[in-house]
Amino acid sequence: MSLRVFVPCETTALSLGAEDVATLISREAAARGLKIELVRNGSRGLFWLEPLVEVDDGTGRRAFGPVEPGDVASLLDSHFGDDHPLALGPTDELPWLKKQQRVTFARLGVTDPVSLDDYRATGGFDGLHHALELTPQQLVDRVKASGLRGRGGAAFPTGIKWQTVLDAAGAQKYIVCNADEGDSGTFADRLVMECDPYMLIEGMIIAGLAVGATQGYIYLREEYPLAHRHLDLAIARAEAAGYLGNNIQNSGRAFALEVRLGAGAYICGEETSLLESLEGKRGMVRAKPPLPAIEGLFGLPTVVNNVLSLAAVPSILRDGPEHYAGFGVERSRGTLPFQLAGNIAQGGLVELAFGHSLRELIEDFGGGSASGRPVRAVQVGGPLGAYLSPAQFDTALDYEAFSAIGAVLGHGGVVVFDDSVDMAEQARFSMEFCVEESCGKCTPCRIGSTRGVEVIDRIMRGENRDANMALLEDLCDTMIQGSLCAMGGMTPFPVKSAYTLFPEDFQRQGGEA
Amino acid sequence: MRACRVVTTPGQERPGLTHCKWRWFDAPPAPFYKVDTVMDETQAGVLDTVETIVTSLKHKPGALLPILHGIQDHFGYIPDVAIGVIARHLRSTAADVHGVVSFYHYFRSEQPGRHVVELCRAEACQARGARALESHAKARLGVDYGQTTADRSITLKPVYCLGNCATGPSVRVGEQIKGRMDPARFDRLVDDLTTYKLELN
Ligand SMILES: Cc1cc2nc3c(=O)[nH]c(=O)nc-3n(C[C@H](O)[C@H](O)[C@H](O)COP(=O)(O)O)c2cc1C
Ligand code: SF4
Ligand code: FES
Repeated sequence: MSLRVFVPCETTALSLGAEDVATLISREAAARGLKIELVRNGSRGLFWLEPLVEVDDGTGRRAFGPVEPGDVASLLDSHFGDDHPLALGPTDELPWLKKQQRVTFARLGVTDPVSLDDYRATGGFDGLHHALELTPQQLVDRVKASGLRGRGGAAFPTGIKWQTVLDAAGAQKYIVCNADEGDSGTFADRLVMECDPYMLIEGMIIAGLAVGATQGYIYLREEYPLAHRHLDLAIARAEAAGYLGNNIQNSGRAFALEVRLGAGAYICGEETSLLESLEGKRGMVRAKPPLPAIEGLFGLPTVVNNVLSLAAVPSILRDGPEHYAGFGVERSRGTLPFQLAGNIAQGGLVELAFGHSLRELIEDFGGGSASGRPVRAVQVGGPLGAYLSPAQFDTALDYEAFSAIGAVLGHGGVVVFDDSVDMAEQARFSMEFCVEESCGKCTPCRIGSTRGVEVIDRIMRGENRDANMALLEDLCDTMIQGSLCAMGGMTPFPVKSAYTLFPEDFQRQGGEA
Repeated sequence: MRACRVVTTPGQERPGLTHCKWRWFDAPPAPFYKVDTVMDETQAGVLDTVETIVTSLKHKPGALLPILHGIQDHFGYIPDVAIGVIARHLRSTAADVHGVVSFYHYFRSEQPGRHVVELCRAEACQARGARALESHAKARLGVDYGQTTADRSITLKPVYCLGNCATGPSVRVGEQIKGRMDPARFDRLVDDLTTYKLELN
């Protein structure tokens, strides 16, 4: 067989020059009269090695990386030999991959993202075919039995949410996929959509069958142009192949799917704000109740689920709920794709069962900071998540253990900072972000965050430090208690953790003015 | 009229796709919109185009955001005159439509420069030097966020995360995202963007 060469078509790989590498490989191979088949796969999620090129001569895939355009000629000269300085050996044997428990992300980087054949050849649509034989209640029961909890942040049991929508009366019901992934340090949703879009589509069809919804929307953030392309193409192909439309695989059941773009508003990741936005309005948060499950999109029963929650569904149906529930600990069942980001030597996607420690993630997988300096702080769970200090790194990665230390796992983003970080600056940024992104409905969030920036500025200048620290504390408590949603209600988490764990940074410049 | 991104006809694929089809990026990115077109178009022409876009999308449930995207994809911004047209078609008020446009960071009411350069300001990029890059970029371009360079080549914008958080600082230009950006690479990027402009002329 001819040599198959894989070059990822995924945002991070592309951001580091994968397109040039792909073009050069074609060109240099042609110049040498070497016959190759160039496949654009997804990324394996080992971002520090991107662009990661793989080759398969029929004996299995071997990896090379990070490949820069200047390396292409020598790679071809060596016939992708194992003695090339960039050779990493068989891809599946890379320790960083081997130590993971890839369930949702089993296909990541293995296949051509938009190839239906690749998808089907790797177990794709098996879950759907099984689902078509079950009743809606049986489907909901499977999801309940899997123990799956929402991966968007709040960790609400997915099966229970589906049950509510199944039981709600409504001529029309909706499945809305929350693909707004606004948290800094997260990219797992993006990887699903760019590298395995059919899995999300399949999960949404199954959700539709389970609750009786025939229309789905993927609310995608505008910042993800490649995910948009891949999703649109995958939807078109799935439609043409009879997986979407009025007669799914000749079952007589219907499901239609459409991507809708957001417009750069973090708050639109909050589910009620997202629904307002989908309805064509400002993304103002709605008070709950009524729950979206009862009165959601256009006032009708709606499932709103994160990309990862929906993407877990096909494998739950295919391999059985017990298999999924077999991973994890206590009430945190299954796996969570952690995203190692920021100042980290080996960043990327680490899918693990719940229960490992944060230290394993940062030290074993992450290899410490990218700068080589000591790690000083880590923010887990996005911009509303607390900062943690190395003393807390032995905390187990499960929802309850994190909430016990006043932190959140959220969407699984882990952002690492080295010792050059100024935690007062970080606290100030949390408030500033809230000023930028507040929907403006409640005063503690809208005005409180602006006051928060001002108070922290005074503290950083050393003005009346004690009085201003007391004021900041007060302000944080007011925001926590008086906000309608977690935007205002959780912005104080990173702020408080910053001044509690790193008080020295709030006393830096000058003395009392 | 350039087709707007939101109206993807099912089954329609980009022409000339082979197995190595994912080569969206190897041609120089077509300008997102044509500034020249806007300047040539009379107000009536603008209104016509807006009518076409609105009419093609207004049947969608919750059509306002798709419509605004369609308009901004075409013109690069939401011209003031579009507001009334949209309001009429959606049986809404100009104030309401305007309220929506102003709520979202992405929509803009003024014509941007030929390229929009977005710098990621979020935490994971901060941890990799985004703050220093930000000061450098502002100084190099001589503008603050939301402003356009005097030669109208570049509009600088903040963005909060591009999902490229393990290999930041990240910068976006059109549909391209660039990682591990430092001041030197930023200068080269700016040079490329401004050179490209000369080639067009
Ligand atoms: C300010 C704010 C931002 C949020 N952003 C997101 C987001 O980007 N993606 C997401 O899935 N959930 C986000 N959520 C959580 C959603 O409100 C909601 O809980 C989630 O979409 C439910 O899906 P799940 O049960 O599958 O997690 C956000 C919540 C808040 C308060
Ligand atoms: S807390 Fe902030 S974002 Fe949430 S509803 Fe209130 S004002 Fe809006
Ligand atoms: S924080 Fe900059 S890309 Fe995510």
